[in-house]
Formats: sequence, C-alpha cells, structure tokens
Amino acid sequence: MRALALVKRIFRQMMRDKRALALMMIAPLLILTLLDYLLSSNEVIPKLGVNQMDEPLSEQLENMDVTVLPYDQLDDIKKIMIEDELDGFLHMNGEDIQLTLKNANPSTANLLKMKVQQAIAAENAKNQAIKLSLFIQEFQDKAPENLNKLEQGKLPEIDTNYIYGNKETTFFDQLSPILVGYFVFFFVFLISGIALLRERTTGTLDRLLATPIQRRDIVFGYLLGYGLFAIIQTMIVVFYAVKVLDIMLVGSLWNVILINLTVALVALSLGILLSAFANSEFQMMQFIPIAIIPQIFFAGIFPVEGMADWLQMIAKAMPMYYAGNALVDVMYKGLGLNDITFDLLILLCFALVFIILNIITLKKYRKI
Amino acid sequence: MASTIVIKDVCKSFGKKVVLNHIRLTVESGQIYGLIGPSGSGKTTLVKLIVGMDRPSQGHIHVLDTPVPHLNLLQNIGYMAQADALYTDLTGEENLAFFASLFKLKKEEQKKRIAYAAELVNLIPHLKKRVHNYSGGMKRRLSLAVALIQDPQVLILDEPTVGIDPELRQSIWAEIQRLKTAGKTILVTTHVMDEAEKCDRLAMVRDGEILTSGTPAELKERYNITHLEEVFLQTGGKNA
Repeated sequence: MRALALVKRIFRQMMRDKRALALMMIAPLLILTLLDYLLSSNEVIPKLGVNQMDEPLSEQLENMDVTVLPYDQLDDIKKIMIEDELDGFLHMNGEDIQLTLKNANPSTANLLKMKVQQAIAAENAKNQAIKLSLFIQEFQDKAPENLNKLEQGKLPEIDTNYIYGNKETTFFDQLSPILVGYFVFFFVFLISGIALLRERTTGTLDRLLATPIQRRDIVFGYLLGYGLFAIIQTMIVVFYAVKVLDIMLVGSLWNVILINLTVALVALSLGILLSAFANSEFQMMQFIPIAIIPQIFFAGIFPVEGMADWLQMIAKAMPMYYAGNALVDVMYKGLGLNDITFDLLILLCFALVFIILNIITLKKYRKI
Repeated sequence: MASTIVIKDVCKSFGKKVVLNHIRLTVESGQIYGLIGPSGSGKTTLVKLIVGMDRPSQGHIHVLDTPVPHLNLLQNIGYMAQADALYTDLTGEENLAFFASLFKLKKEEQKKRIAYAAELVNLIPHLKKRVHNYSGGMKRRLSLAVALIQDPQVLILDEPTVGIDPELRQSIWAEIQRLKTAGKTILVTTHVMDEAEKCDRLAMVRDGEILTSGTPAELKERYNITHLEEVFLQTGGKNA
C-alpha cells in the first residue's frame, strides 16, 4: 500500500527532527506541570487590619485563615492599608461596623469579605446562644422539675454531601481533564498542520502527485504517520497527568486514553485540512487564534449551559466541547463508556468530515 | 510509429489570463522532443497538463493512447519538475527508495533501479548523505534519478540541465540519447539553444503559442539560418 511508504517516510523524518519531537512530547508535560502547581497552590491568606475588636471575634477570624493585625491609631486608613499591604481594614465602633477592602485583587477581596461576614455572624450566633442558655439556666433554676430536658442552644451545622468529587476537590481537578484533552488537541494540530504545509511549499507534494498515488492514500498516510506519534504523545500526556501529577481520575484510564486518541484524530485531520489553506508557516499560525484558542472557552471551563443561545450554538460546533464533556464525565464524575458514547461518536464524525474534506481539497493540486 | 503524446487544440487560462492558446503537438514514440521558449512562455503549464496535474480549459491530451489525466498512466511517466522537489532531511538513497515504493517496485527491483539511476547521475558516493548537504547540481541530478526510478516509457523533463556543470550536462544528454535508443519517448523543455540541436523535433513556444515546429534542420532551412535562436528573432520577438 502506497500509504505505508508515506508512513515510513514520515516516521524517518520525524525521528530526525528532534525539536518537533520534543515539542510534541515534552512541551505539554511542562505546561501541565506548571498549571498543576499554579492552580493547586495554597490559597492566599488575607491580611486584615482591625481597630477596637473583641478578642473572640479576632480569634474566630484567625481560625478562618485571616491574619489579624490590630491598630490603635486611625489617621488615614487608606494610607495604612497601602503601606502595610493590608487586604482590608475592619473598624468597629460598637454596633457600627465598617469594612474597607483594598480590592487590588477582586477574588481576595471577596474571600475576605465573606470571611469577615461569617466570623461576625458566627460570633453573633454564639453570643445569642450564650444569652439564651443563661436565660434557660435562670428558668430552670426557678422550675427545675419541668424544664430540665430543654436543650441548650447550639450552632447549626450543615452536613455537606458531594455527588462528584469531595470537599478537597479544587478547581484544577475539574479543569485538568479538559486541559489534558486540549493539549493533546493543540500539539497534534501544530505538528501535523506544519508537516503537510512543508510538503506543499517545498514542491514535494506536486512531485508526490506526479506518481500514481491516490489522494486518499496521501491523507491516510499522513493520518497514520502522524497518528503514530500522536498516540505516543497522548499516552505520555495521560499517564503523566494521572500517575505523576496525580490528577483526579475516578473513571477508567482506558476510557480517558480512548477519548484523547479520538481528540488526536480530530486535531490531526483538522491540522492537515487547514494547512491546505495556508501558504506559509506564518499563515498556519494565523489559524491558531481562530480555530484553536476559542475551543478552550467552550470545552467546559465556563459552563456552557449558562451561555447565550448563539454562544451555545458555537459551542456545539466545536470538537473540544464534546471532548471536554467526555473527559470531565470520565475523570471527574467517574462515568463509564456508555455515558460518553455520544460524545465519542460526534468526535468521530468531525474527524470523518475533515478527512473527506482533506481528500477533496487535494484536488487543488491534482485534478484526479 | 505510434504517437506517444498527442495534444489536440489545448487551451489553458487561469482566470482571464490565457497561458496556452490552441496548442497542437504530436510526439512520436522513441523521439526526443524539445519544447523551447523563454521563461514564462507556458512550457511548464503545458508539461503539467501532460502529466495530468491540471486539466486543460479546452482540448484533449492523450499519452500512450490514454486520455489524460489518468492515474495509472503516471506509472509510465517519469517527471522531473523544474524546481527540485526532494525531502532534504532524508538521504539521497532514502528519497529514491521512497519514490520507488510509491511506484510499487519490489525490494530487489528497487535496489537495482536505485543503483542504476544513481550511477547514471554520478551520485553513488553521495547516496548516504542527507539532501540538505547536497549542492544545487547534485539536487538536480537526484531529481533526474527520481524521474527514472520506475523505468518509465515516457520521460518528461522540465529544464533538466539547469544548474548542472557542462561536463555532467554532456553525460546527461548522452544518457537521454541512450534512453531514446532503449525505446523511451522523451519530452524536454529548455531554453538553452545548443541543447535544442540534440532533439529530434522541436517546438518553439512563446506567449502560450507554438511559433513553429519541425526538426532542427528543417527549421534552419525554413528560416534560412545557422543558429536556432534566430528563429525567435525572425518570427518577431518582443523587441522586434
């Protein structure tokens, strides 16, 4: 089969192109590692300056991972906060509570605001409970026989259950399945797209088409040749993510590999297809912001259900939407093959359409 | 003798630009046929139509009694493009082996053909080198070797001797002559006039039209000249 001659050639070329090989195999691991450290690093401990605060409230805040720094004088709150790098300042004057937030980083500011509110609420509840229990005590002293079964006031406690994940689950756990798939997609796209482009710009595609090779043999040769490397890459990325980075994997590892291989196939066929419309490496790069970057937005990082209708339509035209869906289903939710069959089929349809378009676009270079 | 290449009334235009205008041409089997003309005259477009890379806008082309384009026909056409189309990250031998396997040559046959083609273009000592270390002339020679790899009936060589030193040019032409005696039909494009003398028949091409054709002797007699390039001057050059 002529496609096999192509596979052999691609294999040889790839083995000699150490840089491309490194980009394909090692670069995704570097990025995944970096992200893993960035996203699962400890959360910020906000610094709160306080004035005239009760000891119990301050303790409560310390327990909630807030650094409490008492201040006696209050000349210029703004100046103190900026000079001492405080995230907030709590000024208490009896019942009158005033919270100033620096808001340099909105998420830290919100976190601090939430913690302060919780602490004050808890403190209030505790005071109420103490008052209540004193009241009951008094009551019981007066009528000990009838009311000794009255329970003391307690803080309500919420018993939280999780269907997927647990209270230790971080954002990265939900994000990582998507990222694993996306990196497979991105790097396979990059290499395969540029490879066929090189064949075109050096004139070897024309030469190739002056032999009795069929157009579909060229497409299959490329799919197989680069597919071989894509498979190795996918395996490395998946095993690294699961075994080394210890990314949460509830479902089957084999399903994860299956999904990623399908993603690689889609990326491969899309890369080869788009390269037919680029005349240089730079033009190929121009496809990245159009065809590749938007995919990540619709892969499930932002909940698609909440998007406007037209955005949802776009999402459903993106292969990564289905890939992200399937990967989160398996890795995070622990669902089985049955639940991802639909997503897999859609992905295969994408690949099939791209492959057919590939065979058709090669007509541009030889009419038969 | 049967006609190997028959071109009937072929026109080709890209958009509004007419590149080939009613070309009529017949190459008999076992001939060396030269297409001579300045660059931009449409030689390469005509060659691409004969190979079947493109379809004519009008007219028909037959090669070996088969209408072009036809996939199986390519098994019998050895094509050497104007630009060297080689895989520079592979060695010369790997390039030859790759094309040999595209023509489905058996392992034994492959070895023989690679040795033959490499010998012909004096590349035997360089077969194990990567092509990106080759000189311009070596690449040209390797391209010719690739065109010969499947032992085709018809050879279509687009400017085969560009960038090749005179000594090697002699040996390539000697080989073209030898291939002719072996019964091959050869179509050569060139703009070197002394090469035109070595062809059996010539067609002078300019601006997508065939100005005149015939054997070198006929052309000289017809225009009463001693050098072939004078044909261009006589038939009204751009500056005339």
